[in-house]
Amino acid sequence: MNTILASGLLIVGSLFCLVAAVGMLRLPDTLIRMHAATKAGTLGAGCILLAEAVVAAELGTTLKAIAVIVFLLLTAPVAAHLIGRAAYHKGIELFDNTWIDELGEALSTDPACQQKPLPDPPSNGQDARLREPPRAHRRKTAPPDNG
Amino acid sequence: MIPEGPTLVSVASRLALALLLVSVALAFIRLVRGPRAADRIVALDLITVLIVAFIGAYAVFAADTSFLDVAIAYALIAFLGTVALSRFLLRSRGRKSTIPPPHKDEP
Repeated sequence: MNTILASGLLIVGSLFCLVAAVGMLRLPDTLIRMHAATKAGTLGAGCILLAEAVVAAELGTTLKAIAVIVFLLLTAPVAAHLIGRAAYHKGIELFDNTWIDELGEALSTDPACQQKPLPDPPSNGQDARLREPPRAHRRKTAPPDNG
Repeated sequence: MIPEGPTLVSVASRLALALLLVSVALAFIRLVRGPRAADRIVALDLITVLIVAFIGAYAVFAADTSFLDVAIAYALIAFLGTVALSRFLLRSRGRKSTIPPPHKDEP
């Protein structure tokens, strides 16, 4: 029974990892690819480490496996937040069918986000989506904005 | 001929290792040809998570639970690496690649 359960968990976890990798290769946008990459962290690695806990069937191994799973669950949102924030502020191209861009709207309309323009606005043709200037510029005047 | 219990887990762990290897290869393709640095960081994050899963599957395959310590240490270092890379990307000064190179130097 344990072997069947562990084998099923191994297969399911590795299939989730494979789905995440295929999504990483096929999906059109950085943020959408991040959505695909989440599945490998939680479901894939979680199922495989759970299978290890089931196979070993002892307390220390189970605790170690649970520690790894909890660590992955705790660090995945932090890493995803940092990557998404960095990617958006570096001005990635969004997917063509994206029609909700609340951060872009807030950055272009909210006065709290527009405290000063760039020291010298570059004369290139920026596109219609108003992007925030890089963080290194803004920090000089607005440190407590978004921590 | 061979008792059924170990065989099932060993076959499943071999299959899991193969699938994880294919997954790492697919993510590596995205790492190589990701058009921007953010894509490469996302692909690298996925590869580290896949390697953690690979270490877990190898612990089942080798029937050696001490590989879980390796998985813990690797997950920690991978998180630190991802955070450092994204902070570096956020703080770096470069703009979009369509902009012609330096028009004016900033102090």
